[in-house]
Amino acid sequence: MPRRFGTTAITCLRVLAELLLTLGVLLGALAFYLLVWTNVQTAAAQEELLSEFRERRSDDPTRAVAPKPGDGLNVLHIPRLGKDWEWVVVEGVDTDSLNRGPGHFPASALPGAIGNYAVAGHRATHGEPFADLDQLAEGDKVYVEAADGWFTYRVTWTRITSPSAVELIAPVPGKPGTEPEVAMMTLVTCHPRWGSSERLIVGAQLIERRTLAAGAPKELD
Amino acid sequence: MYALLWRLLPGPWPAKTAQALVLLAVVFWLLMYVAFPALEPHLPLEQVVVG
Repeated sequence: MPRRFGTTAITCLRVLAELLLTLGVLLGALAFYLLVWTNVQTAAAQEELLSEFRERRSDDPTRAVAPKPGDGLNVLHIPRLGKDWEWVVVEGVDTDSLNRGPGHFPASALPGAIGNYAVAGHRATHGEPFADLDQLAEGDKVYVEAADGWFTYRVTWTRITSPSAVELIAPVPGKPGTEPEVAMMTLVTCHPRWGSSERLIVGAQLIERRTLAAGAPKELD
Repeated sequence: MYALLWRLLPGPWPAKTAQALVLLAVVFWLLMYVAFPALEPHLPLEQVVVG
């Protein structure tokens, strides 16, 4: 009797141990997915988007006025976040688009246009384009390399808000329903970095437009 | 559990090892392309949009 009970108990313990080990391996795999795998996938998508954007920029001017979901829309440059910090913004803020790069809210204005050019991006995982967005301060420049020219924005405010603060991506940030008169940009990401209880939003205003022929602003060289 | 699986795999041990590796690869693929992407939108760090 005691002997049989002993083997049953050992079998149960062994199954339990194997289940716990499996759970540990699964959690390890999830960490690998989040910290390595998604970054690799996004980097590959960005490389493709960037070369496609630069190839087609000159011969497809329609992209600047009517982007299709998933299109590489333009390239953001933020020297404050790194000398070579460049990310292709894709059209759309659904999960698939955001996994390939920062996404443009489709209802918001296009860069350079009067209104608010609103972009959301990951702060952790998937290449974490906006990981250090909290480093941006008033006066920092954000450069947009678009299909129809170069646009320079100057950061005018940063705010940490509730996740429901849609008024900050309105044509006039903070004043929905108001007719816009200037070209604004808002960058949206989660806050704190690995959480979602709040959003970090950076607002910027257009200060310079250049034609494609005029080339990149000299600060980017 | 895994001992049972090992016994169920046919053939001598090199064949069993090869099959186990294939099973592992399949599980890895399923996790990376199916399970984790499906789980991800429910994690807090994926919610970056206002609205």
